Amino acid sequence: MTAIATTGTDVRLTGISKTYGSFTAVHPLDLSVPAGSFFALLGASGCGKTTTLRMIAGLEDPTSGTVELAGRDVTALPPYKRPVNTVFQSYALFPHLDIYENVAFGLRRRGVKSVKKQVDDMLELVQLGDLARRKPQQLSGGQQQRVAVARALINHPQVLLLDEPLGALDLKLRRQMQLELKRIQTEVGITFIHVTHDQEEAMTMADTVAVMNAGRVEQLGAPAELYETPRTTFVANFLGTSNLIAADVLDTSGDDILLRACDTKLALPATRCTATARTGEKLLVGIRPEKITLTHADDAASVPDGRNRITGRITQAGFIGVSTQYLVDSPVAPGLSVYAQNIERDARLAPGAEVVLHWNPGHGFGLDAAQSIEAGTDAGEAGT
Amino acid sequence: MTDPTPTGLPPAAPALAPAPHPAARRKKLVPYWLLLPGILWLLVFFAAPLVYQASTSVQTGSVEEGFQVTWHFATYWDALGEYYPQFLRSVGYAATATALCLALGYPLAYLIAFKAGRWRNLLMVLVIAPFFTSFLIRTLAWKTILSDGGPVVSALGSLHVLGLTDALGVTEGHRVLATPLAVVCGLTYNFLPFMILPLYTSLERIDGRLHEAAGDLYARPLTTFRKVTFPLSMPGVVAGTLLTFIPAAGDYINAELLGSTDQKMIGNVIQSQFLRVLDYPTAAALSFILMAAILAMVTLYIRKSGTEELV
Repeated sequence: MTAIATTGTDVRLTGISKTYGSFTAVHPLDLSVPAGSFFALLGASGCGKTTTLRMIAGLEDPTSGTVELAGRDVTALPPYKRPVNTVFQSYALFPHLDIYENVAFGLRRRGVKSVKKQVDDMLELVQLGDLARRKPQQLSGGQQQRVAVARALINHPQVLLLDEPLGALDLKLRRQMQLELKRIQTEVGITFIHVTHDQEEAMTMADTVAVMNAGRVEQLGAPAELYETPRTTFVANFLGTSNLIAADVLDTSGDDILLRACDTKLALPATRCTATARTGEKLLVGIRPEKITLTHADDAASVPDGRNRITGRITQAGFIGVSTQYLVDSPVAPGLSVYAQNIERDARLAPGAEVVLHWNPGHGFGLDAAQSIEAGTDAGEAGT
Repeated sequence: MTDPTPTGLPPAAPALAPAPHPAARRKKLVPYWLLLPGILWLLVFFAAPLVYQASTSVQTGSVEEGFQVTWHFATYWDALGEYYPQFLRSVGYAATATALCLALGYPLAYLIAFKAGRWRNLLMVLVIAPFFTSFLIRTLAWKTILSDGGPVVSALGSLHVLGLTDALGVTEGHRVLATPLAVVCGLTYNFLPFMILPLYTSLERIDGRLHEAAGDLYARPLTTFRKVTFPLSMPGVVAGTLLTFIPAAGDYINAELLGSTDQKMIGNVIQSQFLRVLDYPTAAALSFILMAAILAMVTLYIRKSGTEELV
């Protein structure tokens, strides 16, 4: 395999949108995908991520806007003239052709005479060399998925588009294929755009994730950045789990914003707040469940100073092996989630126990209180 | 006695275990019971007449004196020697009509399967609509349509096409009725739905995403058709051509009503041997030859098209 050494931007979408009648699938959207990156479009079903991908592939005509591939405007080109290839959700392997011919399909269409070496190499890359003469329906789901990847990759596309390619696989195989795809991407150096609704999958594989919601990109960034500093409640809730606490802003003069939620004082570094905080107005303070430490109320004195602390009572404790997940009701907010690593388990931390929840203020994040606190959660799904 | 000791349990229970449950055995017989009516039907109305006909074909005699089985296989050679032109004509007409049905039916089936959208059901009803009228009536209607003063002749005449078709030998003396063209047209018309239905069924089953995948892999629309759509519709093509060719080869109504003595097909010969000449052995032998010929051609065709694993 010869890696295509390109730098700069591979895919640039400018003001691209798609409407079906009165329904807007994708709102005008700008997006740049750097060359050689593994880019994920993440969102719940119906958020417009697949439509966006199909517009890049040319399978869907945008209502407005342009698609550029490596600086060339391809908006008006039919799919067969675009230097991109797609791995379809259902794989769409040709059932009348064997694996070898499926993989050779693109090369043959472009008039390549001797395909044998390339096909053999590609089947080797996806570890299917010995199944070349089988028909697609004789292969397992994971093998079919690899054929679909090989069939697309062999054409050395400028960009490889993956439309929920792992959706049909069981959990274990999916984990394995995630690593496999990441390995292949690193090996061939081609830009991958991966559409998925699985936030864990997006974070494991992608360098950059764009979180989409209702036809818009909510936030774009590296997985860790999105996770640690979500800018909307949707991102906070959709990417992992967040505890969101509505609080009144008391003081914004220092490095830390001081807030009050139900007689409990909280601090939040001003740099961790993406919304504008004004004294007297509300703000949402977010904190990830694993950032919170639980201490039994009897040991409250042992909690170090300078940490945000909330009191509450455990309502549920679920043991899941590596960690224990607690649900804590507090006057500040109901149903706070806390994940505690099972290192030294405190037997007193059982449902009904009075506890103190405390965390480093630097791990919190501030969000605009004007948005729905439930966006991106299962409960918020019905509302959006 | 209220003592609940285990000795009170029935000891026979384990001994019963190996014997198959009567319900399971009944279940095993279900397929045979379901097959029975069909097998009986075939025995009475297909196998028995076939045996009877086979014996007729090797009989000699006359209607007045009665027929005797004399194992006179020469009837076969005589019949073939005398009527081979009609055999060849039947195969030729049926093949032409089948090709025309495919040429007309494929685009229509394709349109209904992929482009018709909400008109799909209406178009399917229109395809089947001719079946609501009798085969005979429809063919008689064609007789009027193709007659000398009819719309087809005057249209072709004003386009000056008839001179050309005369020269090609498919029409004669600026007429359409009583020519090969009329018979082939009639066959094509009458068997077209038998082509469209299987074609539609196999086209409709093709996953639209395969077209997208082909386009994504640099296949132009025409290449996509050639490399993906058509190969995947082969089961429909094979079924459609068989359903058209087999009855068309044995048909005699079209040649009877739309042709003249020069367009007689083997069906017409068999009919007249049976009903007019009353030469039952020859008629039976001709039927067997036709059956064997079709069977051989169909076997060869299915082998060649290699669709066993696709169906």
